[in-house]
Amino acid sequence: MNDPRVVHSLDDVVEHGSVAICCGSGGVGKTTTAAVLAVQSARRGRRAVVVTIDPAKRLANALGLDELSNEPHQIDPARWDPKGERVEGGRLSAMMLDTKSTFDDLVTRYAATPEQAQRILENSFYRNLASALSGTQEYMAMEKLHELHEEGDFDLIVVDTPPSRHALDFLDAPKRLLRLLDNRVFRLLMVPTRTYLRVAGAAVQMFLHTISRVVGTEVVDDIVAFFRSFEGMEEGFRERAHRVVEVLAQPETRFVLVTSPRRDAVEEARFFAAKIGDHDLAVDALIVNRVHPRFGTELSAGLRSRADSLRELKVSGREATAARDRLSACYANLADFNEIAERERAHIETVRVRTGAAPVSFVPYLAHDVHDFEALAEVGRILFPDLPDRAGSEPTGAGPGQ
Amino acid sequence: MELDRFCSTSRVIIVAGKGGVGKTTVTATLAVAAARTGMSVLIVEVEGKSGLASAFDRPPLGYEETELAPGVRGRTLTPDDALLDWLRGNGLRRISNRLVASGTLDVVATAVPGLKDILVLGKVKSLDLTRAADLVVVDAPAAGHAVTFLTSARGLLDAVRVGPVNKQASDVVELLSDPERCRVLLVTLPEETPVNELVDTAYAIEDRAGVALGPVVVNGCYEKLALDGAGVTAASVLRDADLLDVFVSEREAEDLARAAGFRAERAAIQTHQADRLARLLPLPQIRLPFLFTADLGYQEIGHLADALTEGVAAL
Repeated sequence: MNDPRVVHSLDDVVEHGSVAICCGSGGVGKTTTAAVLAVQSARRGRRAVVVTIDPAKRLANALGLDELSNEPHQIDPARWDPKGERVEGGRLSAMMLDTKSTFDDLVTRYAATPEQAQRILENSFYRNLASALSGTQEYMAMEKLHELHEEGDFDLIVVDTPPSRHALDFLDAPKRLLRLLDNRVFRLLMVPTRTYLRVAGAAVQMFLHTISRVVGTEVVDDIVAFFRSFEGMEEGFRERAHRVVEVLAQPETRFVLVTSPRRDAVEEARFFAAKIGDHDLAVDALIVNRVHPRFGTELSAGLRSRADSLRELKVSGREATAARDRLSACYANLADFNEIAERERAHIETVRVRTGAAPVSFVPYLAHDVHDFEALAEVGRILFPDLPDRAGSEPTGAGPGQ
Repeated sequence: MELDRFCSTSRVIIVAGKGGVGKTTVTATLAVAAARTGMSVLIVEVEGKSGLASAFDRPPLGYEETELAPGVRGRTLTPDDALLDWLRGNGLRRISNRLVASGTLDVVATAVPGLKDILVLGKVKSLDLTRAADLVVVDAPAAGHAVTFLTSARGLLDAVRVGPVNKQASDVVELLSDPERCRVLLVTLPEETPVNELVDTAYAIEDRAGVALGPVVVNGCYEKLALDGAGVTAASVLRDADLLDVFVSEREAEDLARAAGFRAERAAIQTHQADRLARLLPLPQIRLPFLFTADLGYQEIGHLADALTEGVAAL
């Protein structure tokens, strides 16, 4: 079990972690952060792979993920390390998760015979399960992680998590699927031979009949056929799911919580942090993207009243009036930025209460979206500053956002 | 266009956009703006969790309608709620509890993907038919899910050809494809990736769901400064201060200039992205301002509602 009191720096994540899970709500830059971590790790001489879920198109292109292959492929070092600065041995790979084929592989592996696998793969209930059941994508991301981890071709596997409707689905997803596969009503159908179950069997038949009236017999027949074909595989699935969850609890697994400083994202992040704690895991690093810069140290309240009093200043002449309006607008603008910076930091503090000793890194608003290796390197320089005393420092207006 | 005319073009407005672009904010803003014209508005929240209630300084919404502000009511309508409602309405009250308790509901919903979506939209349809409000505003699932949410009904029409599910699906398709009853209002931020994704979503919704699109709401736009931020330097700030005979330290002049420059730079990027969106997607835009001064609460929603009203008037 990961000792929840031990947390790691971001440097440690890329240098010593074997798995890094990037979690957070949608739209906070999780995929980008995952890619940055993998690039950094590769630059330090490790074999790193980033498993993305749903990258924005241009980032996917940059990572060479134009087509789904569901297997990692190596990226030419000339692209992510054009100056050849990496430590020897560093390799960067990327892949985009294909939920359906990951699930198919799992079925094929646990089926007793190729015929059983075939029957399941062709069943339309199974096809819906693999593509439409909420939580399946989360589970398959974890499954892929487990598979890559077992194969041992990588020193660090960075996993982006799906933008869940409900936070932290990926920790609960295996359980949810198992519960569905364990469904009593349908399981009862498979063992109608024992006497005491025959009674239950009749009641179940009635129940299913009622359901067929609503959704049609074809649908119910598909479900029944699925559960029949699946018989005997539950045990293997259950064991596998346990092992997947175990990977998350390994001491070399790192959790990186990604958020933006907006209130709604922060509320989600707080919830994530609490959930991770509930699983006896710890957040190892908190990354706050899209932070507004702060200019100077003056508090917004003082700046605002300066803006107001300047606006009231009695002057005469066109030139003086224009100067007054300009200066007052400048103060109002500075007050705006410092006020939002103060509020953003107050929001982040509410997450820090939950993440304990985990280091916090801030990435300022960047002038352009991150979708190529140059931009990934830029974020990398912010997250991994060369000067140790700058680590985790807050962005100022002089940052790369300028 | 006058706001009351805009809001009565269709009785159901579905607000959709990628996570983090302020979809919930726009939902609340639209509701408040419409209520100001004297309409009764009902907000329907379909994911069971969003900051909608906190935008009105209220505790989280529930299945029962509650008043959020004068003329604005709100409720949740999660797929599970909708399914149970529907089963009860179809004479299956007795088995509905057992369906939930045995977990069979999940199995059935998995077997018929989109079932939950059409039940939610079906319930929206019945809210529309019973005239639950002059305007129903739906806070839709985040972008990727929004397309599925809106196309499920068509898919189900093919998959389930008879029975109550088919009936429900065809009712929903009817609602979605009638621009006098239902429109989608898309929300985005003036940034590169959100703009790209919005364009994809817009075409997917129009082509595959056949729903009419309203204007696009571009959220979080920096308001214009009363000065040319790009032209401000520390020296120009000090010159102004001298002229006015007020004291500004050199360091402060530096901060003021950098802040003005940053704003000008961001504003230019935003304008560029909004213009790019206009080129890629020929829909009118309504721009809502970025709020520097406070977290979103009822007062801020009021401020945004002013901006929305102005934006609609300019259409």
